[in-house]
This record gives sequence, structure tokens and C-alpha cells, in this order.
Amino acid sequence: MNESDIGLRNLTYRLFVEIGRAPSADEVAVAAGSDGDQIRAGWHRLHDAHALVLQRGTAEIGMANPFSAIPTAYRVLTRDRWWYANCAWDPFGICAVMRTNGRIETSCADCGEALTVIVTDQMPDDAAILFHCLVPASQWWDDIVFT
Amino acid sequence: MNLFRSEAHITRWLGGRAPGVTISASQLSELAHAWWGDRLDPEWRPRSTQDSQAILDRLGLTGTPWQLM
Repeated sequence: MNESDIGLRNLTYRLFVEIGRAPSADEVAVAAGSDGDQIRAGWHRLHDAHALVLQRGTAEIGMANPFSAIPTAYRVLTRDRWWYANCAWDPFGICAVMRTNGRIETSCADCGEALTVIVTDQMPDDAAILFHCLVPASQWWDDIVFT
Repeated sequence: MNLFRSEAHITRWLGGRAPGVTISASQLSELAHAWWGDRLDPEWRPRSTQDSQAILDRLGLTGTPWQLM
């Protein structure tokens, strides 16, 4: 990942949070003083480097981890805005990224019952809730959407 | 990567499959803050696999399922 791509990655993340959703390539191009094709090419390099994830077969952002660009079963309220997260780990990550408390809403993967977790000063309020990961860490990126 | 109400719910969800790793929500939050906390830093730089592994190790997340390589 070269310096230019790191700068593109950081700009993309900043815009994601500023506008509350994944920016389009054209929106990033305006902010970067570039053009959409260059941004899309850069995003493909960042996708290959696991710095963000493009939606399959497109040049649109699917994940700017821990943020999800598309609705998921994991969402978190921070700073008066709801954000979608990619998996069970990521709503906690959004609290970390935003450096704030949060309210996570999801459901038990087994029974489907609603789960609400309040994160205050990095600590969840329900100690009984458990996180389970089937995929070994060495294989997380083999299929990041499944992971 | 999923959340569950209890160990019994994990066992039922697995349905005989080999389990992965289970940690508490508190451990998960601690991991998330260590792992993701820098993602909006204006001077963010990519982290090496060794540094990522060091985060897992420091939090006591050791053993084969937590090995990145």
C-alpha cells in the first residue's frame, strides 16, 4: 500500500463518518481533487490489500471495517446516529472508532431473540452475552463476508 | 462471528459442528477497542500482521484459532 493509497483510504473513512454512509467514488473524487476512475482504481488496490472491501463485482464500498455500507443484523447507535456493522465484533469496533459509548442492537444467532448491549466507557452492560467465531483467525480473510 | 444469549445457545446453534472460539462480550469489547481504535486517525497506517497478533496475544487470545498466520 503506497502513500497515495493510504491517503485515499483515510479520506474515504473520514467521508464515511462525515456523511453517515459509504461515499461514492465521485464524492471522494471531489474531495480529493481527482476523478472517479482514479478513485475506483485506488479502491480496488485497497480491497486487495484488505484496507476496505468492495461489494462483489462492483466498485462500490461494501465494508470500511468496522462499518458496513449495507444494512446488516448488527447496528449501533453512537453520537445520535445509527450505523450498520459487519458482524458481532464490529458494533463494538464502531464504538471504539468513534471513541464514544453506544447502544448495540442485534439478535441471538441461535434463537433470534433481540439482544441490546449498552457500551459505556468500553464496557458492555450485559456480561452474559457471548461471542462465538467459527472461523480461525488465519482464515478470516478467505471469505470476509462469511466471517 | 455471532452473539449468543448463553453457552447453551451456542451449542444448539452449532448442531454438532466443531466449535470455534467463545469469549465474553467484555473481552470482545476490549478486543474491539484495541483492534479498531485507530481506524479514524488522520495519520492511520496499515498495521503489520505481527502487530495485530500482538494485540491478540496481549489480551490472552492465544492458541491456534487466534493465530493470524
